[in-house]
Amino acid sequence: MRLPRWFHLLGSPPFVYGLAGRLVPWLRAIAIVLLIVGAYWGLAVAPPDRVQGEVYRILFLHPQVAYISMMAYVVMAVSAGIGFIWRIKLAHAVAVTAAPIGTTFTACALATGAIWGRPTWGTFWQWTDPRIMSETLLLFLFLGYLALRAAFDDRDKADRVSAILAVVGVVNVPIIHYSVIWWNSLHQGPSFMKLDKPSIAPEMLTPFLIMIAAFTVCFYWLLLNGLRGQIVERERDTRWVKQLVGGHEA
Amino acid sequence: MEFLRMGGEAAYVWSAYGITLAVVLFNAWWARWTHQQALERARASLSENRTLKKPTVRQVE
Repeated sequence: MRLPRWFHLLGSPPFVYGLAGRLVPWLRAIAIVLLIVGAYWGLAVAPPDRVQGEVYRILFLHPQVAYISMMAYVVMAVSAGIGFIWRIKLAHAVAVTAAPIGTTFTACALATGAIWGRPTWGTFWQWTDPRIMSETLLLFLFLGYLALRAAFDDRDKADRVSAILAVVGVVNVPIIHYSVIWWNSLHQGPSFMKLDKPSIAPEMLTPFLIMIAAFTVCFYWLLLNGLRGQIVERERDTRWVKQLVGGHEA
Repeated sequence: MEFLRMGGEAAYVWSAYGITLAVVLFNAWWARWTHQQALERARASLSENRTLKKPTVRQVE
């Protein structure tokens, strides 16, 4: 089977660098508009919750941030796996770029969850809650991936060894998602991502979905933005980067 | 004003939104900074190579 030309171009650093440069301004603009609309709708337009009152408005960003943390890990693991198997350096660059984004979003998910938990459950933290613990494990997987990379001076070796950790750790992602179904948890069961009708009122579901779209676009904006720096760093001695930074020896 | 008070839960709601905004802004700044640093290093590497390639007086003679 012949693969289309654009598919092969996705393995070319200069092509991806240019493509990311063209996509970043659009993704940034879309992300900012969606974040503003979703936050305004969630904070000012959606009615207060009958049980939780106003504090439920944190739920217009906490689940979305947690979802991005899982998506960042999947992107990191899949890219690292592709880089490991087919020895594509650009795939490793994607994995390395996704790691700090995922780390900060995971920490943010834990922080916003703790802030929401205090007035709702009466506690910031619950050591026996499977979802909190599996999300905390995700944070340590990200930190472990970054620490493992930092332990090697040779980038190629760091790419290969850290890819194994990334791929093995991906098993934690379905555990986070299904933890509320498999074990007793303070967290409620799925209210949106389930097979039958979502159990959220439509006036709350709309800003919830807008914020999911906003954070998804935001993640890819941040990923492509960071990927450009990672590509330049890895391709520093190539002809096209020398041309890019103003050299004439190409 | 009532909007800012969030029914007495302002500290929880606004701190959660503030932390999330800070995370997004930090990631945007970090990507920009690392890109600039990478370009700077590439420039430095290029000028270093040019300096090394300049012939010495003995080579010219």
